[in-house]
Amino acid sequence: MSLIRTLCLALAIGVVAANAAYAVQPDEIMSDTAKEARARDLSRELRCMVCQNQSIDDSEAPLARDLRLLVRERIAAGDSDAQVMDFLVARYGEFVLLKPRLNSHTWLLWFLTPLALSGGGIALWVHSRRRARSAAGQDTALLSLTADEEARLNRLIGAETAPEK
Amino acid sequence: MIAESGHYALVLALGLALIQSTVPILGARWREFALMNVARSTAVAQLAFVAASFAALVALHVSSDFSVINVFENSHSMKPLIYKITGVWGNHEGSMLLWVLILALFGGMVAIFGNNLPISLRAHVLAVQAWIASAFYLFILMTSNPFLRMANPPIEGQDLNPVLQDIGLAVHPPMLYLGYVGFSISFSFAVAALIEGRIDAAWARWVRPWTLVAWIFLSLGIAMGSYWAYYELGWGGWWFWDPVENASLMPWLAGTALLHSLVVMEKRNALKVWTILLSILAFSLSLLGTFLVRSGVLTSVHAFANDPRRGVFILLILCVFIGGSLSLYAWRASALKQGGLFAPISREGALVLNNLLLTTACATVFVGTLYPLALEVMTGEKISVGAPFFNLTFGPLFIPLMIAVPFGPLLAWKRGDLVAAAQRLIAAGVGALIVVAVVWAWTLGGGTFAPLAIGLALFVILGALSDIVERIGLFRMPFSTAIRRAGGLPRSAWGTMFAHAGVGVALIGIVCETTWNTEFIRSMRIGDVANVAGYSLKLEGLTPRQGPNYREMTAQFSVSTDGRLLDPMTPSKRSFTTRGATTTEAALLTRGVSQLYISLGEISGDGSIGVRIYHKPLVLLIWFGPVLMAFGGMLSLSDRRLRVGAPKPARSLRGLQAAE
Repeated sequence: MSLIRTLCLALAIGVVAANAAYAVQPDEIMSDTAKEARARDLSRELRCMVCQNQSIDDSEAPLARDLRLLVRERIAAGDSDAQVMDFLVARYGEFVLLKPRLNSHTWLLWFLTPLALSGGGIALWVHSRRRARSAAGQDTALLSLTADEEARLNRLIGAETAPEK
Repeated sequence: MIAESGHYALVLALGLALIQSTVPILGARWREFALMNVARSTAVAQLAFVAASFAALVALHVSSDFSVINVFENSHSMKPLIYKITGVWGNHEGSMLLWVLILALFGGMVAIFGNNLPISLRAHVLAVQAWIASAFYLFILMTSNPFLRMANPPIEGQDLNPVLQDIGLAVHPPMLYLGYVGFSISFSFAVAALIEGRIDAAWARWVRPWTLVAWIFLSLGIAMGSYWAYYELGWGGWWFWDPVENASLMPWLAGTALLHSLVVMEKRNALKVWTILLSILAFSLSLLGTFLVRSGVLTSVHAFANDPRRGVFILLILCVFIGGSLSLYAWRASALKQGGLFAPISREGALVLNNLLLTTACATVFVGTLYPLALEVMTGEKISVGAPFFNLTFGPLFIPLMIAVPFGPLLAWKRGDLVAAAQRLIAAGVGALIVVAVVWAWTLGGGTFAPLAIGLALFVILGALSDIVERIGLFRMPFSTAIRRAGGLPRSAWGTMFAHAGVGVALIGIVCETTWNTEFIRSMRIGDVANVAGYSLKLEGLTPRQGPNYREMTAQFSVSTDGRLLDPMTPSKRSFTTRGATTTEAALLTRGVSQLYISLGEISGDGSIGVRIYHKPLVLLIWFGPVLMAFGGMLSLSDRRLRVGAPKPARSLRGLQAAE
């Protein structure tokens, strides 16, 4: 049960909070610790589909429990991690994956970060080159004061130096 | 009567905001000082009326007036007083009222403390501030009025959501809102600058304290929320990459970038166009967060479509303000003159790199949060984007950022010397490498990622210290000289040190908690002993107890390590009668900066109880880091350069007296 989610949703739309219990129950745990560790890792990447963006490892919903048991069943039957995932996707669709697979609909999601970083880097480089080239014609207007500021400055200087004369 | 006056005060505040949003602009156009000064009095009066309205709602909640729908739906006469007060913002309508109260508070502060601002700039800033305020007053009055009454008042209320009945609710939302809404000031300054078509280094100097205040509160608010989730939730997680959390992280990332680019602008008059854009973006992301959280679009796109009134209204506000400000930006930004030049390797260059990485991180969170919504709307296809995605895309961006952080303050403005900076960081680098080796040897076979990450974090901390050591000449000069120089160092230099070190501290906590967290999940009976990470925890007993508005079952654990008995731990499970909900109250035992954590599960028929015990090494550093960062921010805020009201040299005061 993610508190933040409950909190914020409760704050947001007045949803009644469900029970704050915990996820993996003692009776679900596999006796083989290596297999149990694999099951936990996989559980963290699978979505509890009736919850808000929660993994089945965090969720206390009955469906999440069913999925956790299913994952453990497949692992006990000798499936590899990829086979377990494929099995679940075949049954429940891509929605069950918290880390979407790369395909024509998700490439933008996956590549935005490197694109933004390299695009931003290139833009900066081009910009700095262009500015360095046009630096010769540095405008002085920028550094000069407006009439207003000039007057204010004179006033300030006057106030500060006058008594010392 | 109280409800009606609260409602009326809010309507009057809207009236004042409408005056404030038009008259000062006209005044600036006609160069009429009297009209421009209207902004000031209306801003202060607006604050007074919103405060009165908010006070009215608090009074209704405290007196449990169940004829008011909002009070009936979210309160209970048996609720402790503190939760009656915090319950005011524990619901949609009340939290929107808090939102506008804070908006008016910032507006009022600019009006009161903005003496040194040019009068037309102040008029424009307050007018823009009033546009935002007017939009949200309208939103509250038309779609989310907290003062509505019902015809047949019930005798008892429905109680506040039990998970919200915690001290966290008293602190977290107000802090977060102070941060969120605080960015409205930099937004208003940016829009005002665009309207006036003039922006200079002084502008950055005026904006920076406000941005800093907002950033400090947002940092603390996010950290506080994370800690609240950690102890209230029952399984010890502290960050979930939930859209609601992302909604607060995005303005924080943009705001952090903004703080850094404001430094460049203030010192070197450069990056003006970019800084204006960041100011607009930071607040736009705050508005987006408000939309995401308030509209119900997160529950599902369909929930949004079913009751679209609120969502559509905020979406409209969002489009008008973001669209409007960005159009204004596109139209006017080119008129802004570019300032000081700098080489790629320079302090400015380092701050630009910081901005590039932070905005990319922000874009990553943005796309990850909104992509599933957009994809569903456009193709009907449903995908999930969760923690595994963000860990893979967001995490790596912090590696170059963390490497670059210590170099930044050591580079000179305009043209820096990377080799010289690297030489000064040799001690930090060597220290970090030693730690990598030690940690790696100590946890042999435990992988290389954690030692390297800890080394990186330590490099950031030592790098931050090196800067100070270098500047005060410690080890190079006599100790007393170094101490004197330390005293003379500007507070903002110390601020930088603490803030940067805080990043490293938080990273150490994150890495240690995720890598070496020990978990114990078992059914226990009375008398059973659990051995977790060198501690033995014995379940001594289970006792039922009656609280003010709940019943609870507490478990008593005695904790010992190396034969020494420590404080007992008493986790509990609460059932709230009115809402029929239960919450898990975890028990925490702090040892240094590590914690033992127990939460309870179900009691089964045979008298055994499901128990989760965690040992979380160095976990407190995760929140100690942001606190250090915020402390750095406060130091920087107290720097005399930034103090509100430009400091006058003492000499001129004496001079004036002599002249009399």
